[in-house]
Amino acid sequence: MRLTLRVWRQAGPDEDGRLVDYAVDDVSPDMSFLEMLDVLNERLVLDGEEPIAFDHDCREGICGMCGMMINGVAHGPERATTTCQLHMRHFSDGDVVVIEPWRARAFPVIRDLVVDRGAFDRIIEAGGYITAPTGSAPDAHAIPIPKPDADKAFEAAACIGCGACVAACPNGSGMLFTAAKATHLGLLPQGQPERHSRAVDMLATHDALDFGGCTNAGECAPACPKGIPLESIARLNRDVLRATVSGAHKPR
Amino acid sequence: MAVTGGAMFLFVIGHMAGNLKVLFGPEAFNEHPKWLRSIGEGLLGHGGFVWIARVGLLLSLVLHMTAAIQLARRARTARPARYQHRRPVQGSYAARTMRWGGVIIALFLVYHLMDLTAGWLNPVGDLENPYGNVTADFRHWYVSLTYAVAIVTLGFHIRHGVWSALQTLGASNGARQRVLRGVALGVAVAICAGFLAVPFSVLTGLVK
Ligand code: SF4
Ligand code: FES
Repeated sequence: MRLTLRVWRQAGPDEDGRLVDYAVDDVSPDMSFLEMLDVLNERLVLDGEEPIAFDHDCREGICGMCGMMINGVAHGPERATTTCQLHMRHFSDGDVVVIEPWRARAFPVIRDLVVDRGAFDRIIEAGGYITAPTGSAPDAHAIPIPKPDADKAFEAAACIGCGACVAACPNGSGMLFTAAKATHLGLLPQGQPERHSRAVDMLATHDALDFGGCTNAGECAPACPKGIPLESIARLNRDVLRATVSGAHKPR
Repeated sequence: MAVTGGAMFLFVIGHMAGNLKVLFGPEAFNEHPKWLRSIGEGLLGHGGFVWIARVGLLLSLVLHMTAAIQLARRARTARPARYQHRRPVQGSYAARTMRWGGVIIALFLVYHLMDLTAGWLNPVGDLENPYGNVTADFRHWYVSLTYAVAIVTLGFHIRHGVWSALQTLGASNGARQRVLRGVALGVAVAICAGFLAVPFSVLTGLVK
């Protein structure tokens, strides 16, 4: 396959960026998207050009590093698939593929396609923990957890913090991520003591970090490589509302 | 957003029900505002209820618009650099048109009040005879068209609004989500149909 890649090149955080065209020949349909970028980068290095900077780590869809906007869709055209797990067989010969970094104030571009997702860490710090002493691993059934709750919590825990939800959101909101993290702990018995303070604090931190406000536009869930459902946001809202109405917790 | 929208939503339903009295002839329709003014007369005085509702709605409207502007501004701040190439993946048409739709509805509201509440822009403009005003209005195709556009816009706004409000207030969950979306769509279609019935019956001569 022969593809034209139109890639965002930006030398540093404060530099201006622009889209640059690269022709890539003999792309194999079995390559992953990142492998294709590797091939292009090798050529660029040989030609004495700067290789395209992009983030990656596990290349098996679990670390959340590899996010990029591919033809205007976060992580590309395949549902529930990270960029590293996206294969070139989903493209056809002659395609023009536009590749851009996530665009959000909270995720400043460091270079080319690499953004700083540190804002997510700030949200986690605000409530993504439990205070119960955990010690060593407990007996499997020492604390009974209803199966539906365990399933929902597990589903939420699958969030890899990739930032696609923010990138896809027309409001630049990080609600799906925040909701996934709040749900993950808020549904389990160990997470109950901070359930409401967690929801309020995480949301307050989210808002303070210049993420946009959620209008339930529904762009995030289809973009999420881990299939975090939109209902998580309702669950977060419910906890925040309950905490606010009862006056149980004020944001720190 | 959810609460103020909810208040205005209730008003829209009441308004639609009142409008439908036009199908029962001039007496029924012209009696309706008088009845509204007489609600709680003993306690609130004549027209007291109407004024309370007006103040409440105005307050809701102002707060609703303020919240909308704040959200739009936050969205702008949150994404200072736009995408060069962007394709909406899934978001419904209704969700994407909330902001401009809201502006259209607000503009129509101004016209609508000047037309039928104040009577300034009405071909008849007799405040004692709302039936005459309404029928005179809708005989002009451009008035009916403007009205229809505004109502359909309102329908889209309500379709996303109802669902979004339920989601914001935490009523939605995995099992209920489909149902709630269906309810939002059904309500929006019903409201459109209810409002459009009036110009439709005037234009087709059902109501003279
Ligand atoms: S919710 Fe989904 S899209 Fe958002 S950060 Fe988590 S895994 Fe990525
Ligand atoms: S590189 Fe780890 S998820 Fe793609």
